[in-house]
Amino acid sequence: MAKEVIVEVKDGKVKETINSFLNGLLEKNLVSALLVPREVPSKDNVAQSLVNNPDELKEANVIAPVLPVNSAGIISDMTRLSPYKSPVGVILRSCEIRALIELVKLKQASLDNLLIIGVDCLGTYSVSDYQSLCKQGSSPSDELLRKFKEGEEDAQLREACRVCEYPIPSNADLVIGLIGVDFEKNILLESHTKKGEEILEKFSFSEFNQLKERKESISKYINGKIEKRDTLFSQTKEEASGWENLLSVFSTCINCHNCMKVCPICYCRECFFESPTFEFDSGKYLGWAKRKGSIKMPTDTILFHLGRMSHMATSCVGCGACEQACPSNIPLLKIFKTVGYNVQEIFKYVPGRDLEEPLPLTTFKEEELQNVGEE
Amino acid sequence: MDNFEPKIVGFLCNWCTYAGADTAGTLRIQYPPNIRPIRVMCSGSVDPAYVLWALLRGADGVFIGGCRPGDCHYVNGNYKMRRRVTVLRSILKTLGLGDNRIWVKWVSTSEGKIYANTMSKMTAYIKELGPNPINKYWSI
Repeated sequence: MAKEVIVEVKDGKVKETINSFLNGLLEKNLVSALLVPREVPSKDNVAQSLVNNPDELKEANVIAPVLPVNSAGIISDMTRLSPYKSPVGVILRSCEIRALIELVKLKQASLDNLLIIGVDCLGTYSVSDYQSLCKQGSSPSDELLRKFKEGEEDAQLREACRVCEYPIPSNADLVIGLIGVDFEKNILLESHTKKGEEILEKFSFSEFNQLKERKESISKYINGKIEKRDTLFSQTKEEASGWENLLSVFSTCINCHNCMKVCPICYCRECFFESPTFEFDSGKYLGWAKRKGSIKMPTDTILFHLGRMSHMATSCVGCGACEQACPSNIPLLKIFKTVGYNVQEIFKYVPGRDLEEPLPLTTFKEEELQNVGEE
Repeated sequence: MDNFEPKIVGFLCNWCTYAGADTAGTLRIQYPPNIRPIRVMCSGSVDPAYVLWALLRGADGVFIGGCRPGDCHYVNGNYKMRRRVTVLRSILKTLGLGDNRIWVKWVSTSEGKIYANTMSKMTAYIKELGPNPINKYWSI
């Protein structure tokens, strides 16, 4: 199933090379449409677009280092009511595929007839940083490739990406490889499934013969990330541990629920925290104020965050969409990632790892957790 | 804190623990009156958000009582609750928020004594722990 081929890059144009491959997919009728990030007219952001006409792929930029939305939610919107009847290609980053796998398990999306094309992820900037980089006249995509090649750390990348231990897509049919590949000359196309292999057979690319080097680079890269992740974990424990610290971190929360709305895992049509359960009589507020002297308005912001964690932490993929959407700059990623990691450790569960692994909260074992809640 | 009387919110499963509490009463077993029992149809119906609700509104402890493993009247609600509480306690532990204020115990209908003992033990434990610190903060 594993087949590795290279596509020659002309004049160092990585983006265009990938686009020409995508173009081939459409022209050879291997897919009826492609979901790709495409440059918006203002050229300072990308938006996902479902492309049917190959001519429209000129503006596609799958390596743009920005993640305006986690596309797992978009695929859920597209496939929830009925799965695709003909093949549709979706180009996704690792965090998007992992979230998609979780959504499929939650019965919110279907993989039928989807050709998942993953892209090695070198990290993304926040939307606002990406926009200002574009305004400075540089191409953030090319700049990031250059920095990566020279081994230069980019502190401006989103924290979620700086500590992400899954830069290589898993559960993809095809992977567009950049890490451990001399992408100034070639990019790698790797098939992980039969479906992916069949696609590659339709093209005449030459074999990739630096698999060992790629594997070494990947494991070195990931180890570096794990180190940074662990630093983040201990930092979180220092900064956000205990009521005093936690309340100070969340004190600017305005209860807008943006974090929940952009979260790929939070799929409920009606969120419990937006239900009439949280509508109270005026007297109730007054009662609380009298009891404590004063209360923060809007109320129940911490309850929302902790409650949301208790609902989705087992599936949190750490994409950091929540943090990017927060108007109050609350460092949500580090808190959710730390909490998520610890919860997932209990069940030895890795969200997005395997479609066959049941969600921890939908299953149980009779002989487990014997001492829960006993002191 | 000599006169500190903990407020404990209890979620008791209708079929086992609630009946177990009744048995304790019928047998006239004495236990501290610190629990405010809420009867639920199944411990598996207790959303962790309700437990958080109680804690964040100032309860000093939360007790969840369910049927013994294998005895759930809805087949496996108690096993699911066990996982949910494990997740919730892990979250609170990671964030240093006192996960030990949440207790779980299996109590069957006939086990009035176990129910009463658990209440005594939990009340003493929470007394030792002191009041829920959340009550000090206005900004929850």
